[in-house]
Amino acid sequence: MAKQVIEASQAVAEAVKLCSPSVIATYPITPQTHIVEHIADFVSNGDFDAEIIDTESEHSSMSACIGAQGTGVRTFTATASQGLALMHEMLFVASGMRLPIVMAVANRALSAPINIWNDHQDSISERDSGWIQLYVESSQEAFDTIIQAYKIAENKNVLLPVMVCLDGFTLSHVWEPVEIAKQSKVNSFLPKYNPIHAFLDPKKPITQGPVSYPDTYMHFKKMQHDAMKESIDIIKKVNSEFRGKFKRGYGDGLIELYRMNDADYALIGMGTLCSTARVVIDNLRKEGIKAGMIKVKTYRPFPSEAISKAAKGLKGIAVIDRDISTGYEGALYSDTRSALCDGKSEVGTISGFITGLGGRDITPQHIEKALKDMIFGKGTKEDWLF
Amino acid sequence: MIEIKIWGRGGQGAVTTGQIIAIAALHDRKNCQTFPNFGVERRGAPVEAFVRIDKEPIRLRSQIYAPDIVIVLDPTLINAVDVTKGLKDGGTIIINTSKKPKDLNLDKKFKVYTVDATAVAMEIFKRPIVNTPLLGALSAITKAVSLKSMQLTRAR
Repeated sequence: MAKQVIEASQAVAEAVKLCSPSVIATYPITPQTHIVEHIADFVSNGDFDAEIIDTESEHSSMSACIGAQGTGVRTFTATASQGLALMHEMLFVASGMRLPIVMAVANRALSAPINIWNDHQDSISERDSGWIQLYVESSQEAFDTIIQAYKIAENKNVLLPVMVCLDGFTLSHVWEPVEIAKQSKVNSFLPKYNPIHAFLDPKKPITQGPVSYPDTYMHFKKMQHDAMKESIDIIKKVNSEFRGKFKRGYGDGLIELYRMNDADYALIGMGTLCSTARVVIDNLRKEGIKAGMIKVKTYRPFPSEAISKAAKGLKGIAVIDRDISTGYEGALYSDTRSALCDGKSEVGTISGFITGLGGRDITPQHIEKALKDMIFGKGTKEDWLF
Repeated sequence: MIEIKIWGRGGQGAVTTGQIIAIAALHDRKNCQTFPNFGVERRGAPVEAFVRIDKEPIRLRSQIYAPDIVIVLDPTLINAVDVTKGLKDGGTIIINTSKKPKDLNLDKKFKVYTVDATAVAMEIFKRPIVNTPLLGALSAITKAVSLKSMQLTRAR
């Protein structure tokens, strides 16, 4: 099908429409609102049959998704920033009840000071909520990843909720060409949701979300953790099946490598900055610097093995974080170091950089500085690039 | 790659102008990207929108700091903001004003074009939809997108 120039928010909505969730909970928050506005248009135009629940808060939106998904239907919601923070309590309920809810997060800074622009602090702060987190760098990837997200989440060995994280404004409000897949093709990729663990049937009564005493709680958590780890293989499989059908894929689904074949140095990052980084890497190559990129698409589960393998033999790595674990360092930097300092990987310098907070534009100059500071030994654990 | 910056005032259609240019670029079988610089949205405040057009896929996602082309939707912006800031030497600026280019006192290193888009719009649409005449001017002056493709965007 021909490409159309549409907003990334619409691309997300188009993908949701093709996945046909039965219940969509909505609560507006910048820069996410366009996503649910587009979905509301589709539903009111009769493009697909879904119940839209306008809730009174994001906490209620997530609660509505949990309740609906518990009856045995597919659901969707979208949020950002304070909205995601307000959901915090219910995120753990969704993942603990093993409900494969899919949610788009249009990443935005957290207050205070109040700021509506992009960084990753909101979703990074929900890192440990038991949700799979996938980050995207283009509208096409946002579209494709929503469709993949349902298939990953609903896999019987996974059964975990998935957040699809797209940079607020920097991607959510960008218009660019997107290829919208045909319904029949999506149907052949994504089977109907047919839960065997969480549904309502009067003939087959079950209890969902009961109390778990000290003798069982830890076992539930271990099962959840094992499912998250198991999802690493499922994410790879879904990505490769998607590539087979739609002729598009994103690395192995976990990480995507750019010019890494003969690279001495690598940039590690997530989201739209990886798109700009491709230009920077091409320029550095012209200067004779053998740079490449390991784009982290799947942040939870953390693809430590894949990163470790990709980083083998590198002289140095620059990790760019669009977040800060206040008082320490960037989250992606911590995770990368933990993955690489396993006694097996031989990697030289690993420098960390904080930039792009609260919508600070990440220019090619920021990325070039990060790479060059690392290469020339000027990097530290958390250099702030203003 | 051609980089375009559009200046307007909130409510005037700067963002829509960018979207129409991008859609036209796709009709020209080129890659495109457009986005506004989001500030505190309020009617009448200066608004910037950006467009990139290239034969190759567009990977750069930062704002545009050194445009090839600047379009100014509102004549009063000339005195309110530095409309030529970052414009490349020899770059083109197209301004909606009833004045002649030489009367605007802009740097001689730029190609300055003026179109009385408000007058044209009032005559044809009876409403100040100034971006339509300016889109025509963009095609005629720069060939950044073809006039034929620009016309095709009306089909939406």
